[in-house]
Amino acid sequence: MTTQPVHFYQIGSFAVGNRLLSDDERTVQSNLDRTNSIDSGHRACQGCGEALGARYALDAAMRATNGQIVAVNATGCLEVFSTPYPETSWRIPWLHSLFGNAPAVATGVAAALRVKGNRDVRVVAQAGDGGTVDIGFGCLSGMFERNDDVLFICYDNEGYMNTGVQRSAATPPAARTATTEVVGPEPGNIFGQGKDLPRIAMAHDIPYVATATVADLHDLERKVERAMELHGARYLHVLVPCPLGWGSASNETIHIARLAKESGLFPVFEAENGKVTSVSKIRRQVPVEDYLSIQRRFAHLFGKNPRPDVVAHIQEMADQNIARYGLVDEDADSKEMAE
Amino acid sequence: MEIPFAITLDVGTSRANHTGSWRVERPVYVDRMPPCNDACPAGENIQGWLYEAESGNYEAAWRKLVEENPIPAIMGRVCFHPCETACNRVQVDEAVGINAVERFLGDLAIEKGWDLPPVGTDTGKRILVVGAGPAGLSATYHLRRLGHQVRLVDSAPQLGGMMRYGIPAYRLPREVLDAEIARIVAMGVEVELGHVVHDIDQERREGGFDAVFLAVGAQLGKRVNIPAGDSSHIIDAVSFLHQVADDDPPLLGRRVVIYGGGDTAFDAARTARRLGATDAVIVYRRNRERMGASGEELEQALGEGITVRWLSTVNKFEGDRIVLEKMELNAEGFPEPTGEFEELDADSLVLALGQDTDLSLLDQASDVTVEDGAVEVQASMMAGASGIFAGGDAVPADRTATVAVGHGKKAAHGIDDFVMGRIPAQKDRHELATFDRLNTWYYADAPRTKRPELEKIRRQTNFEEVIGGLHEDNALFEARRCLSCGNCFECDNCFGVCPDNAVIKLGPSQRYQFDYDFCKGCGICVKECPCGAIEMVPERI
Repeated sequence: MTTQPVHFYQIGSFAVGNRLLSDDERTVQSNLDRTNSIDSGHRACQGCGEALGARYALDAAMRATNGQIVAVNATGCLEVFSTPYPETSWRIPWLHSLFGNAPAVATGVAAALRVKGNRDVRVVAQAGDGGTVDIGFGCLSGMFERNDDVLFICYDNEGYMNTGVQRSAATPPAARTATTEVVGPEPGNIFGQGKDLPRIAMAHDIPYVATATVADLHDLERKVERAMELHGARYLHVLVPCPLGWGSASNETIHIARLAKESGLFPVFEAENGKVTSVSKIRRQVPVEDYLSIQRRFAHLFGKNPRPDVVAHIQEMADQNIARYGLVDEDADSKEMAE
Repeated sequence: MEIPFAITLDVGTSRANHTGSWRVERPVYVDRMPPCNDACPAGENIQGWLYEAESGNYEAAWRKLVEENPIPAIMGRVCFHPCETACNRVQVDEAVGINAVERFLGDLAIEKGWDLPPVGTDTGKRILVVGAGPAGLSATYHLRRLGHQVRLVDSAPQLGGMMRYGIPAYRLPREVLDAEIARIVAMGVEVELGHVVHDIDQERREGGFDAVFLAVGAQLGKRVNIPAGDSSHIIDAVSFLHQVADDDPPLLGRRVVIYGGGDTAFDAARTARRLGATDAVIVYRRNRERMGASGEELEQALGEGITVRWLSTVNKFEGDRIVLEKMELNAEGFPEPTGEFEELDADSLVLALGQDTDLSLLDQASDVTVEDGAVEVQASMMAGASGIFAGGDAVPADRTATVAVGHGKKAAHGIDDFVMGRIPAQKDRHELATFDRLNTWYYADAPRTKRPELEKIRRQTNFEEVIGGLHEDNALFEARRCLSCGNCFECDNCFGVCPDNAVIKLGPSQRYQFDYDFCKGCGICVKECPCGAIEMVPERI
């Protein structure tokens, strides 16, 4: 019998860093010299997933480009909490114009750099889900269609949180928001509406589309790095839980993102030129209840008058994702025995 | 700075905004007591030495290990490892093979010839240690490190006590025993072997000793009155194992019955098998669940062809025949006779019914209390107020080598306080690092590395070691299965997951620090810390 040495690093690649790994196998975030693109003192809520996701993504983009990026920001939480006049949390070149035009502004920045003959500086545009799936959608689709050299990152917290938690086209079914109240036979946001933007982006056949969560840093950083290797329109959709809008404890932000992925409700995958090239398998599968029941926006599905029918409907959505992307490994025994 | 049109203020950093003022709870780094350390009778810092072993720094690991226990190669073989029973990883997959890694480190140290830490500056105090078993050797080691002179006496011709005369060589090879003992003796210890102490007070006075440590062990095999014919061969297990260790094994014949259910009974049975007994039968009055010996020992013995008669007592031994009486457990779990008998062919009977201490050397020591054949001691291991300390099997406690090593250490510190005239320092124990405080998501899945066992057929006939050791690859793997419960192992999670960059990384082995100017108290770092080394405490407002 031949034996193969097993490399095993205690916490493998699940944690941010690991003293047992070599420097180049560690995350950007574990590095003392990370950019900290968005600095301390920003006014995001306690436990904000978006502040975290933005730092993860932009610090990774900074490393991938040797610090040569310009970031364009749509209006939204991220813009509001980072730049109350005259303070700024941004430690990178950053500009903001309007809610809906971030993709167009980014296209313009990329064009201007090209005209100036600057091939080194890369453009990243970022927006919340409102600025992406609703208000900025026309500009974004145009940016995709023209294949402009921009990485567009959507930090998806599933609603308009900055203005008081209103519904967006990324708000999940049954969720309570200020505009989808818990009334009537179908309380909360209705089923059958909303947009699955990663799939819409894939339908544009752009070079790169990927999803990620703040719960898997290695995966998120790897995807940013891959995106920066490519040129043309690229899209990264990052799930960033919102303690305020979701009604979750501030310390649960990463845990909830992890449950979103482990339940199958948020599929984590990447696609090149319109075809899925890899998926992050579910490691420890959980029922959707585990994810829903710790968020107050779904509290009306549990408690005194529970709605198991609605929960079952949401479970169906998760199962559909699992089937569509092949999120559960059939050969469960062979899964990451050693990382 | 030139200010553009319609702009009235200079741009500044958001660091002017001290968001720490939002906080009502603050995270603080803590060290908690890992369950392995908590359970270790020898007081080892197991999590601490595994941490060094995880990075392949075996010498540092060994050095941390021998801070508490000078005989890891021995302990890595004979310890019953309560650390593994307590290990939090049990609830994930299987306990970390702490004992196996300890042995690996101990063996490596012998191979590489690493020296124990230097002796302390001479205090001029003289300590008499009576008994050179695990307790005596451990005390000697710690006393030398504290700078005291030690005279170590033992009645036997060689050092090691029950580790030499009780534990068979297939469990503890003699070259390992010799190597670890030699290392302690090399610290500069006055050794006198074959010396029996009859009167402890007299011995202390004549030698001018400032304190005494009694670690005389429990050397007397208990006997019971079993009706037997003149020619029936009955021996107690302690004497039997002692004679085997002296290379003068008694002739037991081919059919040997061992009476008792503790580790000693199994040692005797397995030794008898190796000496040529075709049948080695253990007779035990209770059942398997209530057996004193470890399950591991039972499995190994059964694998070597030893049989066990549960719920039986020896009624009489006549000629070449032993009469057994069947027992049954009553409601309280005590065995009661049933009046049913059966017979068993036997050439000899080995009694392994427990051991007594010989404490006659204390007869003249007035302020020492001996009760039920054991010396009463305080927390410092001092018996009475006279500077007589005791430990190991001679005091009331579990009678294992590991407990004895712990007693030796404790007594050495008690003696140190006593002879230096200090008031013993109170040590605070950290809160226990319980499983519910861990975030096990982060640990990679990894099964336990099994130590190889000698082929059964080989171990029935010789005294070669039964359990093999780990090699460097799988020792590293096993060490890395440690969850580091309650103690930061620098995974950078807190540094990475803070949405406010309010964790300052201080660099390798310096850990982290919170920046309370900006920490909003969200608690993500606490929730995502794999090992539970951060806790939230209310802010004082």
